Amino acid sequence: MTDEAFVKDKDIVVPGDKIASGMGFLPGKGTYRSDSDIFAERVGLVHIDGNVIKLVPLSGAYMPKVNDRVIGKIIDVLMSGWRIDFGSPYSAVLSMKEATSEFIPKGADLTRYFAIDDFIVCKIINVTSQRLVDVSMMGPGLRKLKGGRFVNVNTNKVPRIIGKEGSMVSMIKQATGCNIIIGQNGMVWIDGEPENEVIAVEAIKLVEAEAHKSGLTDRVSKFLEEKTGKKVEAVQNFKKR
Amino acid sequence: MAIKRIDGRKANEMRPITAKVGVIPRADGSAMFKIGNTQAIAAVYGPRDLHPKFLQNPDKGILRCNYSMMPFSGHGDRVRPGGNRRSKEISMLISKALLPVLNLEDFPNAVVDVFIDLPETDAGTRCAGICAASMALADAGLLMKDLVSAMSMGFLDNEILVDINSNEDCDLGATDIPLAYIPSMDKISLLQLDGGVSKENLMKILEIGKQKCLEIDKIQRKALREKFKE
Amino acid sequence: MNKDQKIHLLKSLQKDIRYDGRKKEQFRDVVVELGISHSAEGSARVKIGKTEVLAGVKMALEEPYPDTPDKGNLMVNAELLPASNPEFEPGPPGEEAIEISRVIDRGVRESKAIDFEKLCVKKGEKVWSVMVDICTINDDGNLLDASALAVLAALTDAKFPAVSDGVIDYSKKTDKKLPLTKLPITITAYKIGDHFIVDPLPSEELAYDSRLTVALTEDNEISAMQKGGEEPLSIEDIGKVIDIAQKLAPELRKKLKR
Repeated sequence: MTDEAFVKDKDIVVPGDKIASGMGFLPGKGTYRSDSDIFAERVGLVHIDGNVIKLVPLSGAYMPKVNDRVIGKIIDVLMSGWRIDFGSPYSAVLSMKEATSEFIPKGADLTRYFAIDDFIVCKIINVTSQRLVDVSMMGPGLRKLKGGRFVNVNTNKVPRIIGKEGSMVSMIKQATGCNIIIGQNGMVWIDGEPENEVIAVEAIKLVEAEAHKSGLTDRVSKFLEEKTGKKVEAVQNFKKR
Repeated sequence: MAIKRIDGRKANEMRPITAKVGVIPRADGSAMFKIGNTQAIAAVYGPRDLHPKFLQNPDKGILRCNYSMMPFSGHGDRVRPGGNRRSKEISMLISKALLPVLNLEDFPNAVVDVFIDLPETDAGTRCAGICAASMALADAGLLMKDLVSAMSMGFLDNEILVDINSNEDCDLGATDIPLAYIPSMDKISLLQLDGGVSKENLMKILEIGKQKCLEIDKIQRKALREKFKE
Repeated sequence: MNKDQKIHLLKSLQKDIRYDGRKKEQFRDVVVELGISHSAEGSARVKIGKTEVLAGVKMALEEPYPDTPDKGNLMVNAELLPASNPEFEPGPPGEEAIEISRVIDRGVRESKAIDFEKLCVKKGEKVWSVMVDICTINDDGNLLDASALAVLAALTDAKFPAVSDGVIDYSKKTDKKLPLTKLPITITAYKIGDHFIVDPLPSEELAYDSRLTVALTEDNEISAMQKGGEEPLSIEDIGKVIDIAQKLAPELRKKLKR
């Protein structure tokens, strides 16, 4: 029996769509094999990489991964730490020793460090098989967020909003003068002048809506120029060295 | 032999169908499925934290379906809001119809909530609900082996009818056979019957119902693709 | 919203810029669609921005209340469907749903929009009951104003069902419309710090100190009011809100005319 693919690269597939047939293909994440056929297991963009069937998910909740930087909200103060909600079905725990390099004496009032409704940027350091999550504040750029505003975006679009080597978000930051932090969980923090924040949010929403289309960087660049009235630097300049 | 249906349809003709995905922006996934004058809107929230805690299961998540007719959607009198025995049974049946395509082990300790609400009805509501819910679950990005399609078949005056309306179901007393079908497994996940029909006829009804579900499946897939194309 | 975030919001409102770029006294796009449910005697869909609400009218023949033997009845009920907001739970109406129902009911009833005597079929024996149900579809803020507009729209769409031998045949509608004398419009203003905004986003609904709902008829008569929120309002504040409502009501009312 010959191997056969039934979809083209970048086609949108839906659960139950038959993507390919034949044992020569390997089912990547988001696809499954039944007999010798490979089916889609969620809505996404299919990408055939050699003989591996890959699927880029287009929707779905954020699933915590070690080393991801996320933005979360303190929802509870525990005996020796805090509970964080970052919009996933599973909450996370920030333990005292991962919270700060300061020495926290026993019995101290933990709300002096982080109180309920505080927002933090943190890093995921452990995910158990039961989806229990540990986070840490120890690391560059990890801190409590003061003020600013928040926007929620589709977690699957975060890579596009950040851009290659951070180029997309850097372009938006430079054009609007806003400080922008993007969590892998789809939570975005923006801090700047009110009128510029509005432009930054619109730019981010534009990327989110058109993430899978080509020529997006130019469209966003044009949008930013129109709205701010200033020329936007060439994108290459934004890629981190 | 051919029955004259009140809306002029042939015995094996479905009512016109409209399907749209992503109709409730706040929900994790959502869809609308309309067949004739029956309309179901499904919203999916989850996987999300499950309360009360004693319901949590460390091995697998749960699927919770809630079917509800809007007070102005009934056939005559206003429908008192707040669930009754019928809506509880239908909620449970819809859940069972969708479970075979989901893998509950993907979201231990969590819940996927499906809310199905109907602004207007003309029979076939549980089937429309399943069609809408199935698209909404896919829209929410859940891992699913396949979509689920459903169709209300009927049997009246010795004739097999496809997609019966409330005139046929309630006024004319047709036998009502709602069924849900999963194409890739070639299996039926919802089946009910009330009336009188021979085994021979029932087998024929199931085969026809399966074909009609495959037609609906195409419509559901198209609606999902359309939402993500933009 | 925590304290610092509220300060940030106030800084923005100081410049008359809201988080979605609107001005403080600006509504999002309002879309009204009539006849969205063939099962109802009258129905409507209202969208304000992404907020979406359905309202449907059912009519029945019932005995009048003993103290109003020659008047028909009105009932307004709001269902905050769990489908529309992840925080809503299934179950009987809570505080928020009950308040929405009663405020809208007052706006319609006290403005005398419906002439209840015209709903009388046989004094002391049979009158028409008009039951309006609101079902929220998507909550992106301002469910109250959206629901009020949907109720009005559904009432303008409502037609009496056919009656033969005193029994209603719901499958047949007549051409006789429900007689409406007024079109009361409900607008709620929210006070955040020193600023008044209308048509709040969900984040603004979490940040406000007090709110005031005003229902106005075409001749700018106030037919209902309701104050909400934990902070008190000055008389000057109340006057300001009425001014805002009177300024914005005509534009909303225009959406009701076909």
